[in-house]
Amino acid sequence: MAAHAPGAGSGSGCSGAGRDTPSAPGAAMADGPVADVLLRRLEAADGGLDSAELAAELGVEHQAVVGAVKSLQALGEIIEAELRSTKRWELTAEGEEIAREGSHEARVFRSVPPEGLAQSELMRLPSGKVGFSKAMSNKWIRVDKSAADGPRVFRVVDSMEDDVQRRLQLVRGGQAEKLAEKERSELRKRKLLTEVTLKTYWVSKGSAFSTSVSKQEAELSPEMISSGSWRDRPFKPYNFSARGVLPDSGHLHPLLKVRTQFRQIFLEMGFTEMPTDNFIESSFWNFDALFQPQQHPARDQHDTFFLQDPAEALQLPMDYVHRVKRTHSQGGYGSQGYKYTWKLDEARKNLLRTHTTAASARALYRLARKKPFTPIKYFSIDRVFRNETLDATHLAEFHQIEGVVADHGLTLGHLMGVLREFFTKLGITQLRFKPAYNPYTEPSMEVFSYHQGLKKWVEVGNSGLFRPEMLLPMGLPENVSVIAWGLSLERPTMIKYGINNIRELVGHKVNLQMVYDSPLCRLDAEPGPPQTQEAA
Amino acid sequence: MPTVSVKRDLLFKALGRTYTDEEFDELCFEFGLELDEITSEKEIISKEQGDKKAEGASDVVLYKIDVPANRYDLLCLEGLVRGLQVFKERIKAPLYKRVMPNGEIQKLIITEETAKIRPYAVAAVLRNIKFTKDRYDSFIELQEKLHQNICRKRALVAIGAHDLDSLSGPFTFTAKRPSDIKFKPLSKTKEYTACELMNIYKTDNHLKHYLHIIENKPLYPVIYDSNGVVLSMPPIINGNHSKITLNTRNVFIECTGTDFTKAKIVLDIIVTMFSEYCENQFTVEAAEVVFPNGKSYTFPELAYRKEMVRADLINKKVGIRETPENLAKLLTRMCLKSEVIGDGNQIEIEIPPTRADIIHACDIVEDAAIAYGYNNIQMTLPKTYTIANQFPLNKLTELLRHDMAAAGFTEALTFALCSQEDIADKLGVDISATKAVHISNPKTAEFQVARTTLLPGLLKTIAANRKMPLPLKLFEISDIVVKDSSRGPAFFPGRCAEVFARGQSIGKLGVLHPDVITKFELTMPCSSLEINIEPFL
Repeated sequence: MAAHAPGAGSGSGCSGAGRDTPSAPGAAMADGPVADVLLRRLEAADGGLDSAELAAELGVEHQAVVGAVKSLQALGEIIEAELRSTKRWELTAEGEEIAREGSHEARVFRSVPPEGLAQSELMRLPSGKVGFSKAMSNKWIRVDKSAADGPRVFRVVDSMEDDVQRRLQLVRGGQAEKLAEKERSELRKRKLLTEVTLKTYWVSKGSAFSTSVSKQEAELSPEMISSGSWRDRPFKPYNFSARGVLPDSGHLHPLLKVRTQFRQIFLEMGFTEMPTDNFIESSFWNFDALFQPQQHPARDQHDTFFLQDPAEALQLPMDYVHRVKRTHSQGGYGSQGYKYTWKLDEARKNLLRTHTTAASARALYRLARKKPFTPIKYFSIDRVFRNETLDATHLAEFHQIEGVVADHGLTLGHLMGVLREFFTKLGITQLRFKPAYNPYTEPSMEVFSYHQGLKKWVEVGNSGLFRPEMLLPMGLPENVSVIAWGLSLERPTMIKYGINNIRELVGHKVNLQMVYDSPLCRLDAEPGPPQTQEAA
Repeated sequence: MPTVSVKRDLLFKALGRTYTDEEFDELCFEFGLELDEITSEKEIISKEQGDKKAEGASDVVLYKIDVPANRYDLLCLEGLVRGLQVFKERIKAPLYKRVMPNGEIQKLIITEETAKIRPYAVAAVLRNIKFTKDRYDSFIELQEKLHQNICRKRALVAIGAHDLDSLSGPFTFTAKRPSDIKFKPLSKTKEYTACELMNIYKTDNHLKHYLHIIENKPLYPVIYDSNGVVLSMPPIINGNHSKITLNTRNVFIECTGTDFTKAKIVLDIIVTMFSEYCENQFTVEAAEVVFPNGKSYTFPELAYRKEMVRADLINKKVGIRETPENLAKLLTRMCLKSEVIGDGNQIEIEIPPTRADIIHACDIVEDAAIAYGYNNIQMTLPKTYTIANQFPLNKLTELLRHDMAAAGFTEALTFALCSQEDIADKLGVDISATKAVHISNPKTAEFQVARTTLLPGLLKTIAANRKMPLPLKLFEISDIVVKDSSRGPAFFPGRCAEVFARGQSIGKLGVLHPDVITKFELTMPCSSLEINIEPFL
């Protein structure tokens, strides 16, 4: 999709490229007419000249003269330039207005006619509030509080002298020194004057002074290469402090750049990607198949999005459903079960999947139906949904990363070994494991890694061996263990890109500039300390 | 995960030693707990209501400890201490005993009226118990923790504890019309009917959450003693008459509910935890419950179950090589008294009534691994040989994403859930024509439907980025959800086309209708292309 400027095709229009780049490399030398004039003036000058004065004389921006000075400096000993700072008094915007229109008190005075003016009316004038109190303290006006229609303002004197305006006009005329120190500071307190520091150059002739500076080449051209003329030509030095021009381009979203890296890691480790292209799932696959009891709090309306339409899953593998029902309500496969009345209606309820483990359950069920059993390594990275309270780290939808290995005789030590390899590829090497509880894994372990920045152990994932009550009803052989682990995609991405609020990363409200600016994602290579290189 | 708050000094006194915060954190980690926060009442109040309100509050150090959701035996100081002391081999796990009373057994008779609302009840007596302020607080707090967790906010089970000496059995658990129930509830000074109470509690921040459980039922559950004194109206409130105090010596505990298994577990947990303070430690006096069919049962069950697990199974599942004797020792440290029997490879494990979470051998394997120390297990790589495959849809998506970016488009990542308006009104389509999937319990309008098109998300992204220089060129490759094929958005007449590939229609492209653009609060022309990439797999 594309939103474009009226009448502009893609690529044209105001792309904005280069708006932050006043000068491209190589084009920084302003050896145009200003530099020529500067050299000629300097030849005639006695000793040297001031850059600001020259700018005023030529009627150009001071910055243009500074540019010329810098470009001439870059050529060697043509000129010498000494940086000087001078202080100067300037009018503020309000000061300018007063110099033009008169002080507020003078304007108040003038608006009071001989027959007087209601104070309330006077106060409504633009200069009313400030001007009234000043004019009062100058004793130009007085207030008659006993007037019939409320307080009334009258002139006390017939005429007055607007000193404020006069002084400001002096400053505007460049004669600030004619004011007494006290007068200046009073005007500054009234925020009418401000003292600015001007950086100027005192320019004088250098040891190799010349008015005819040979023109330097900006770029190497095909002609120079074919003729060999580049050997004799001077080239302008590059300005390596310039910001450069960013090329127009598209950008990938940082979260999905990280997703690509995680996919890559799984593929490098020999894991096959599971299908996860169904946001909608039945409670059966999302919960029951995972031996998560029907009264489990996660199955509450407060935690899970249920569907109104279509509300129920019609197609469930009924043979398998019955084995699951029996395991929940009566036990079996070596389990006591949960001993409650399991309801098919509850299992049929459609929802937005709350975890990708629902997809893993489907994949393992398909695996169990293929005889003979073949070992597998599976992974998935996709979106899941929770009807949660939203905050800086929780959205109603997020991405889950999941890895699963099924083979004969897998152990907790194997799970830890695989996790070590996986996290090493993420650049995380210091791991430790904490016992935990998950409804569908036993043993379960939370994975912690030492965070150098926070100086503490932080949880980076959750893992375990799937419970036999989940695997055996599917029909997997008894001596097959399935190890699995999961983590969110958002958390490592937020850490990687230094984002504290998830809303700045995901959703339509993100700032596209963040997407434009997000750097490459290399999970195993921490960026080195920032290096600043001075231009040669 | 439930969080248990305990006084640090009280905890250390019970553990018989002190720890630094780091040491205790380490112990928790090893045992599968988490020292979540170190705080005090003063700090909590100050954080929530400001320093002013916190003045005068206690600054006794509190440890807030996260406990795994299935370990009901660790939800109070008594249980935590017992678990840790056994783990550290400082004490042996106690043996909990049910004893018959010297006199007549306390009886709770369930009438058939309860069948439709709260059919199960269990009961027990804690005889000659000695409360202190801390013990009493812990007793109340444990009931609250159980109510919030295994009892599912009192829906499955509700607990009532009563001063037995203020009552006279047998007790009757029945159900009556709300207007026919009248009693003085806890911390009230006069009698109210059940109807009045339900009204009063509508504004009670604590109790209002439980009213819905019985509110619309014709009959409310209620328990009486033989003199007609109301013990409780479960799951809402107890009577004030039988309120327990620091001076209470004999406690009658009833648990009523809709889940019999859980009611029995809850009763077992309460009595195993607090029989510690009875004159005969860890003994619980039985009570008899008579069901409407005339059958009578004795509670608490306090059942010890024996499980047999082969040592090599534990070794094989964990990935260690310990002798059966060592494994038995490890399990015993987890309150699972174990011994090697038979051929020397069999371990017999006794599951105590406190460990209802042990329902399969895999739970025993986990406890052996915890006692061994997760971080002492040798990490190894499985030899599983597999060839990796990408899911074709995702493979194509990855390829397309990169080429879209190379073509100058920037990737957006928008929500899969949105409002009905986003996919219908704003696009100039009737909601019924979208074939959208509707959410039944959205908390806000943003989550009414699953998106049927990616377009609204992209238009909203542009609307949120109006300050960015034009042109904005965005793309997204992601899932949409439709019941079956749906109608697309409105385009500018004569400026749109249907896209066909391999003989079938895969989507549309065109200049969006100005009405669509305006409804997304945009002002500049927009064109879009949306296609289904599945036909290319």
